[in-house]
Amino acid sequence: MFRIFDRIRRTGKLTEPLPDADAEAEAVELEEACQREIARKFGHSLAIRMVDAGSCNGCELEMHAVNNSFYDIERFGIHFVASPRHADLLLVTGVVSKHMEEALKRTYAATPSPKLVVAMGDCAGCGGEFGKSYASCGPVSAVLPVDAVIPGCPPAPLQLLRGLLDLLQRV
Amino acid sequence: MSRVQTVDVTAGRVAELVGRLAEADLAETLDPLPGLKARLRVAAGNWGQIADIAARQGLRWSAVWGDHRPPQILIRSLLFGCDGHLLLETAVDQALPELTSQVGAYIAADRPERALQDMFGVRFIDHPDRRRWLRHQGWAEGDYPLRVDFPVAGRRSGATPPDCNYPFPAVAGEGVYEIPVGPVHAGIIEPGHFRFQAVGETILRMEEHLGYVHKGIEKIAVGRDLSGLARLACRVSGDSAVAHGWAACQAAERALQVEVPPRAQALRAILAERERIANHLGDIGAICNDVGFAFAQVQMTRLREQVQRQNQVLFGHRLLFDRVVPGGAAVDLNAGQIVAMAEELRRLQTDVEELLPLLLEYPSLQDRLRGNGILPPDQAWRIGVTGYIGRASNLQDDLRRDAPYAPYDRLRVEVPAYLEGDVAKRVRVRGEEVLIAIGLIEQLLADLPDGALRVDCPAPRGEVEGIGLVEGWRGETVAYVRLSAEGRVLRYFPRDPSWLSWPALEVLLADVIVPDFPVNNKSVNGSYSGHDL
Repeated sequence: MFRIFDRIRRTGKLTEPLPDADAEAEAVELEEACQREIARKFGHSLAIRMVDAGSCNGCELEMHAVNNSFYDIERFGIHFVASPRHADLLLVTGVVSKHMEEALKRTYAATPSPKLVVAMGDCAGCGGEFGKSYASCGPVSAVLPVDAVIPGCPPAPLQLLRGLLDLLQRV
Repeated sequence: MSRVQTVDVTAGRVAELVGRLAEADLAETLDPLPGLKARLRVAAGNWGQIADIAARQGLRWSAVWGDHRPPQILIRSLLFGCDGHLLLETAVDQALPELTSQVGAYIAADRPERALQDMFGVRFIDHPDRRRWLRHQGWAEGDYPLRVDFPVAGRRSGATPPDCNYPFPAVAGEGVYEIPVGPVHAGIIEPGHFRFQAVGETILRMEEHLGYVHKGIEKIAVGRDLSGLARLACRVSGDSAVAHGWAACQAAERALQVEVPPRAQALRAILAERERIANHLGDIGAICNDVGFAFAQVQMTRLREQVQRQNQVLFGHRLLFDRVVPGGAAVDLNAGQIVAMAEELRRLQTDVEELLPLLLEYPSLQDRLRGNGILPPDQAWRIGVTGYIGRASNLQDDLRRDAPYAPYDRLRVEVPAYLEGDVAKRVRVRGEEVLIAIGLIEQLLADLPDGALRVDCPAPRGEVEGIGLVEGWRGETVAYVRLSAEGRVLRYFPRDPSWLSWPALEVLLADVIVPDFPVNNKSVNGSYSGHDL
């Protein structure tokens, strides 16, 4: 037990401010603005339900990464929830496979309005490497209305974070 | 490092089997493809019988796939012996594609054969399970997407209905109930359906229904050039981008008789070992987190993130997508970068050597992991599961050591193995593999060959084919590639190790309590995408 406490003490705090080489002040401002927006529009907390509609699982790995100590997405009041019924936003990855089409639609229907849909990654955004075929409906916009696209294959954690924060300023 | 007395490794020899079958006049010897020990042509009616003989001989089953070459469908099955891989092939008529099943000898062939039935319309006449596997409602029964006459755009328009009526076997009895889970799960995870049949808290049986993320990878590969194939292969399973990318490139390079420069081979291995390290670190943390031990999750995701950041700095991609390219590698390391990586690995090793004993000796964590989700060694052997799941259940096979490809042929690869087969040992194996991988990269960095990073892959003069065999972080990763005279893909088949690990999950869950499903699932960590294709 003492070894664990000691390790925690030595690790210290890792969470980083949003880096922005050009204008750090602007980044800080963005952070504060987002926290204000989330406070005003989402009751201080934005709940995300992720849906993998046909990804290669690369996007999922980076989604896990925004939860690690370096990015700590929860500091903005953003957290991932287990059920679409608790969610404000669906974060969808992958092309929409034909076999996931109905499940994605039902997840959307189960999410209370008002709701946002974000297509994460090139597959979800434009079809990416998999595109449209006998097995794939193509990008998420072929199946659901999409509020924002976060490009990348996969988007790095900072891109994901930035994409979400940008959207929140727009809505 | 390993304290096992007797370790299971595949002991059967391909050479002996080939001799025996030739003597009995059951098979015709063909030229082996590069990288294989032998290739045999078998009559369709003898397909199952040959598998029986191979199983008795002690060979491990690895993969089966089809290839439609009108008017025939060529079926191939890959087996592994301690002296290398054996390819069995047979052909069936597309009008009446029937053959005997290998499931009687190898249960691992069960789902792959059902997938062949869905994708090619091949009927295995004595297969014990008639149900479809990859096909849901995306295409009609009687349509076979991997036949050449099936259009890549499909034949159905409009919305795809849900697949509600997959026939799970019923379990009856007092107090027995079912829990359907998925395809959309509660965590940040890929989609699939799990059907639990339980009494009280105890799982009587769990059956998977996969195929939800079937994206038609094999079909959309057709017609691509080699770069396009490599990009697609990296996305068969994003967590195994290097493994699948390497396997596909190796298959194409063997087909084209391209010699990859030694420097590129070493760089590929460095990428593969970094992929192994990152995934093992992340999963060790996630497994511990699934029993509520957040300390491990925080520490391990810290280490994983540092590895991914270094990947970005040195190689330009956090998950190493598209760094393995046909003919070589799209990365290089200069003297300064080699020093930087060596320092990074030393720091990582210090961290892992401190943290691993903390986890492995922490009583309240080990109470939850020890004895949980046991895959007995005999079952592991029957399923033919590779990678860390096999090793935790005493099945030690590792292609880097047992069928070495460059650059592993000049390295000594240590392989851990344990008898217990529980979650605790799967965690321990993965921790030890991290340290072994660090050592391998250090050896590679210390002796990085000079020379080119990439050679051209010329167009072949006629049709060519090749098989790639790579030990990915999940285990044995297979790729088959057939190219046209113009160098375009005619057939690409990737076999992710998850085809073997998903059935293992069903077996090891027997008598586990429902709340322990997540930790068991994570300790196996099958890829949905790599399986569903």
